[in-house]
Amino acid sequence: MEKFMQWIDERYPLTETYNEHLAKYYAPKNFNWMYYFGSLALLMLVVQIVTGIFLTMHYKPDARLAFESVEYIMRDVPWGWLMRYLHAVGASFFFIVVYLHMLRGMLYGSHRSPRELLWLVGMVIFLCLMAEAFMGYLLPWGNMSYWGAQVIISLFGAIPYVGDGLTEWIRGDFVVADATLNRFFALHVIALPLVLAGLVFVHLIALHKVGSNNPDGIEIKKNKGPDGIPVDGIPFHPYYTVKDLVGVSVFLMIYFAVVFFMPEFFGWFLEHDNFTPANLLQTPTEIKPLWYFTPFYSILRATTNTLLPYLAGVALVTMVLAVMAVKNLIGRALIVGATVVFIAGLFTLEAKFWGVVLMGLSIVLLALLPWLDRSPVKSIRYRGWMYKTAITVFCINFLLLGWLGTQGVDETKTLLAQVGTIIYLLFFVLMPVYTSLDKTRPVPERLTK
Amino acid sequence: MAHDKNVDKAKRRFLTHVTTSVGAVGTGVAVVPFVSSMQPSARAKAAGAPVEVDISRLEPGRLLKVEWRGKPVWILRRTEEMLATLEADEPGLADPNSSESDQPAYATGRTRSIRPGILVLVGVCTHLGCSPLDKFDTGGTVGQVHDWPGGFFCPCHGSTFDLSGRVYKNVPAPRNLPVPPHSFKDDNTILVGIDHADETGKA
Ligand code: HEM
Ligand code: FES
Repeated sequence: MEKFMQWIDERYPLTETYNEHLAKYYAPKNFNWMYYFGSLALLMLVVQIVTGIFLTMHYKPDARLAFESVEYIMRDVPWGWLMRYLHAVGASFFFIVVYLHMLRGMLYGSHRSPRELLWLVGMVIFLCLMAEAFMGYLLPWGNMSYWGAQVIISLFGAIPYVGDGLTEWIRGDFVVADATLNRFFALHVIALPLVLAGLVFVHLIALHKVGSNNPDGIEIKKNKGPDGIPVDGIPFHPYYTVKDLVGVSVFLMIYFAVVFFMPEFFGWFLEHDNFTPANLLQTPTEIKPLWYFTPFYSILRATTNTLLPYLAGVALVTMVLAVMAVKNLIGRALIVGATVVFIAGLFTLEAKFWGVVLMGLSIVLLALLPWLDRSPVKSIRYRGWMYKTAITVFCINFLLLGWLGTQGVDETKTLLAQVGTIIYLLFFVLMPVYTSLDKTRPVPERLTK
Repeated sequence: MAHDKNVDKAKRRFLTHVTTSVGAVGTGVAVVPFVSSMQPSARAKAAGAPVEVDISRLEPGRLLKVEWRGKPVWILRRTEEMLATLEADEPGLADPNSSESDQPAYATGRTRSIRPGILVLVGVCTHLGCSPLDKFDTGGTVGQVHDWPGGFFCPCHGSTFDLSGRVYKNVPAPRNLPVPPHSFKDDNTILVGIDHADETGKA
């Protein structure tokens, strides 16, 4: 065996890789349950790819056959229903896992230096995952699939000048049609999964370069023993491989419980209107995206003409803060100029365009967190009341926006969504202020527990 | 080679730049066919034939939905009561004169039609392309409009339109529902996709 390994190692760095990334990869000893979600996300990627491959063996990417082929998978293919439910419910669980993974980062300051790039790669993964799920959702060619795609693709039509050409290019037709289904299939089953797998690889390499953060937000690499090993570190294998297995077991119990007993999850994971085939003359009476898109969807819907003056207000606040932060004159002039152009744009271009911009911005702002957060400490454990309040409000607000996105619109709900949108923006815009004012507690030398 | 003092650095740099530029241009050119292949195909472009619709059995106050170029087209036979609501709607409308909206020159004004009784619209919301629902029962609140006079309601983001397809203020949809090119072949037959010849409206 030893000889065999030697033979391999002379030709491929197998033992070296194993040591570097598992047996001698030192992780902080105080990971809590929030640290399960990274490996769970990896698990879900594998589940989606495996179930996806088996679905592809029976699914037909043709507007005339697609809906029926999904019913065929459900009724006639042995265990087909299991593959499909694992995949469809899996998409929702994937997002639950990823959202909690991101929240973990915001709680413990995992996006802060030196992990900015890791966070950015994560944001790109998040975008790809949204694209992947969106395209997958068109494939069953149900009525909700059809109209959901129609709405989201039309978003690009709001871009001045190029919008119409762009939407035709995306759809490959003047409306969502067979050409759209066919290309979404290609992107969903091969292009995006490849990109996702590549990005996940880069994500892990970036992680292992800087090492994991932890619930205390203390850099364990700053405190190494005489052997060069962080005193608060433990090897990933076997300590965390075994711990993660416990997490996986608990997670799978919940996941399978949903797959077997309530795969539709009250219409949240599989929507009722998607059990009728696409009908291009009839939009479903209440159209909504799947739950994981609804917070952003709410922001889109909330952007009507009434909201625009308030947006101008937020832009002015941002300008004042930015001018105070930037010391040189040219920089300041640029900031003021950009704000003036933006505000002028607010009152000349259509509200629908700004809805799209705002929806994009709400994701870009998340990517900017590493630079907006000015606190001297990373973890919530040592932060003061301001950040704690802000993040609590942010989370409640995010859930509220998410819930509103699943509801029909009326006066109060629109107003609520508008307030929610402004709160969402202010959380980020004011972050440099409240994180630097906030009183923090001293961070200990060593990890706590 | 690396230690050769006689290397002409400028020439080397020049060659590096030239090869890189040629490579970049080549890659750029290679991308064109891939990107272009995603545009609507010749077949998709050709599928724009006009549609002939028989409206002899369309009752007053009822809506007929047909498909034209893959889009829903609506034909509504408006009653006198329906037509009477149009004027009162106007203070609440975003573009009552349809000056920012999309319709042929022969279907402008309050009724946006060739014959006031027959309204032809593309049933695609000008916000993000859903197909609005018909809400012809009057009264109550629809979207943000109280005392609803009848019209259309888009379920996607709550835009409201009157019985001429004109959009209300403060909703996400920016413009009135488009009127497609259409004409009357005879009293009971509409051709969607073929322009009306007589500007006076007496087909
Ligand atoms: C990586 C993350 C992935 C996500 C988030 C995802 C998400 C989705 C979603 C939301 C649907 C619609 C489910 C439904 O209503 O039934 C779907 C369908 C589908 N996916 Fe995926 N998917 C992923 C990966 C894959 C991969 C890698 C493949 C193939 C190799 C694949 C193949 C399919 C097929 C064939 C369908 C249509 C069958 C059906 O509707 O059940 N997916 N996907
Ligand atoms: S698509 Fe009709 S209101 Fe958005």
